[in-house]
Amino acid sequence: MSGTILEVENLSVDIPVAAGMLHPVRGIGFSVSRGETLCIVGESGCGKSLTSLAIMGLLPKTARRNADRIEFLGRDIRNLREREMARLRGGSMSMIFQEPMTSLNPSYTIGNQLAEVYLRHVEQSRAAARDRAVFLLEKVGISSAASRLGQYPHQLSGGQRQRVMIAMALMCGPELIIADEPTTALDVTIQAQILHLLAELQREFRMGMILITHDLGIVARVADKVQVMYAGKTVEEGPCETVFDAPMHPYTQGLLRCIPIPGRTRRGERLGSVPGIVPNLVGELSGCLFRNRCDHARDACAGMRDDEPTRMGDGHAYTCLRAPGEISGELQAAEAP
Amino acid sequence: MPAYTLKRTFVAFLILIVVSGLTFSLSHLSADPALTIGGEQASEEDIQAIRKLYGFDRPIHVQYLDWLGRALSGDFGESYHYKQRVFDMVSERIGRTMLLGTLAILFALVVSIPLGTLAAMRPNSITDRIALFIAVLGQALPTFWFALMMIIVFGVWWRWLPISGHTQWANYVMPTIALGYYATPALMRLTRAGMIEVLASDYIRTARAKGLSPASVLFKHALRNAIIPVVALAAVWFGFMLGGSIVIETIFNLKGIGWLSYDALLRSDLPVVQAIVLIFASFYVVLTLLADLLNAYLDPRISVR
Ligand SMILES: Nc1ncnc2c1ncn2[C@@H]1O[C@H](COP(=O)(O)OP(=O)(O)OP(=O)(O)O)[C@@H](O)[C@H]1O
Ligand code: SF4
Ligand SMILES: [Mg+2]
Repeated sequence: MSGTILEVENLSVDIPVAAGMLHPVRGIGFSVSRGETLCIVGESGCGKSLTSLAIMGLLPKTARRNADRIEFLGRDIRNLREREMARLRGGSMSMIFQEPMTSLNPSYTIGNQLAEVYLRHVEQSRAAARDRAVFLLEKVGISSAASRLGQYPHQLSGGQRQRVMIAMALMCGPELIIADEPTTALDVTIQAQILHLLAELQREFRMGMILITHDLGIVARVADKVQVMYAGKTVEEGPCETVFDAPMHPYTQGLLRCIPIPGRTRRGERLGSVPGIVPNLVGELSGCLFRNRCDHARDACAGMRDDEPTRMGDGHAYTCLRAPGEISGELQAAEAP
Repeated sequence: MPAYTLKRTFVAFLILIVVSGLTFSLSHLSADPALTIGGEQASEEDIQAIRKLYGFDRPIHVQYLDWLGRALSGDFGESYHYKQRVFDMVSERIGRTMLLGTLAILFALVVSIPLGTLAAMRPNSITDRIALFIAVLGQALPTFWFALMMIIVFGVWWRWLPISGHTQWANYVMPTIALGYYATPALMRLTRAGMIEVLASDYIRTARAKGLSPASVLFKHALRNAIIPVVALAAVWFGFMLGGSIVIETIFNLKGIGWLSYDALLRSDLPVVQAIVLIFASFYVVLTLLADLLNAYLDPRISVR
């Protein structure tokens, strides 16, 4: 385990609902190394948030988690008690959420909320916690940091709050940081700033980062590895460049087609979406779940074993029964004219 | 914040004027004070003389302003029946009522906050059901009936507690429970609802993501936010407790101003009634004001509005 921080194998999440058993995450796996950024992409509802919550041990009470392996810093954390899990959370693994406006406690000052996590995991020194908070607030680009400590969340803008959340996630010098769509709720102009900031900090502190997003433009810039999720499954994964250069799965291809290209994308066109809807994930499921939306679907797709991806070397793999030759032939044909 | 306080204080003052004006006019319309003072045997001339002497022949608003002016300087007049200064009669007894009200609201909070929190931690569990049952019972039982039941069980059968008086601490046990239990359901429901909402909030997820201890998540992060509306409601209920002391003090013969107001009402002793209504109304208004300010202090977002 050289630089590997997190290894996940065959993770699934089941949630009992009124209609039966929901399978929002159905056997996914990945690994993150020190200094590496893994981007998980996929449309709304494909199980990205539940995947990250499952790693953090923060799933809703009714949800059940199963995995062949969840190894964090070489330690199996699947059967850790809540107390031991709490020791890791906020300390060596931290998370940044989708909703900066509501993720801070309205009743306590920024300083209090920043210091608290340090006091819990690092040392009982208010002065040290304060220094660390000021240092990190400056790092995340908040002006006159020391005077901000006494402010309450409602006195900050959404972008500033997300910066505070980032600072908070860094308070204890985590090895792994999970950012779940950290900019979705923010203004477009601020989104880029925040993502740059995250990428920069990740490099500076050599953390492993899981960045969840559906903005493929961002992925292209910051990811080392990409994992494309569809309906709770990994449909394609691999090094960022490889996946962008030669996407193999029709869903990935669809997503990449949706990236705006100057001059070609029409104004008002919806981005990041592939036509069609995700199938219902309640009950037993089989075959390729993308078949109702896939241009290449054929009868055999209904019987596809989705637990045996086609491997292309250097970690690039996809889950589709089409042969690599067939796909790459098409890709070349598409590029020709 | 100062502007907010000022505005709230002004409104509170207005309410007091309206309430005291209403009581004054209503009580003067419902009973002729001259008759009360004169007694059964008074002749028509006597009554006329009394009216002149006390100024009852003046227009009602003149009488009210006269009364208000004096009340503001602490002079509430003299009891028609006891011929004592109302101020003295009230100050002798008000401590008991305050003590009872305070004990009752504390009892209600001590019961309802833990119960509401427990219920919220596991909605629809057995704990939740039991808590709900206790609350429903508190709402369904009339206070006077509950008080009488306690008197029968603890006072008469088992003889654990004295059933009347105000001289020892034991005298306050049953009245406190009877009065406080009345406030428990509302406070408990609000705690439960608030906690359920707060526990599902994003900042609680953040607190858990920070690896904080369960106690810190529950008490520092959740309860602090859930309790804000409970505090406001408790202040309002403290006002109800003081008002409710009329029944409870009468049942337990605990001679506070609740008992005194009941006594005065029976005797149409208007100066006493007016003074006590003004006092109860002031409490109520001041408490509501305090609740608002306390809220503003606990919830930094409020004062901005
Ligand atoms: N507590 C829950 N109870 C029942 N279903 C849930 C629960 N939480 C999530 N789900 C369902 O699980 C699926 C995956 O949810 P998840 O939040 O992981 O999606 P996501 O990929 O993060 O989407 P988004 O991009 O919108 O954040 C969704 O269909 C959602 O409705
Ligand atoms: S398996 Fe079939 S339906 Fe699924 S993506 Fe491949 S071609 Fe399309
Ligand atoms: Mg999500």
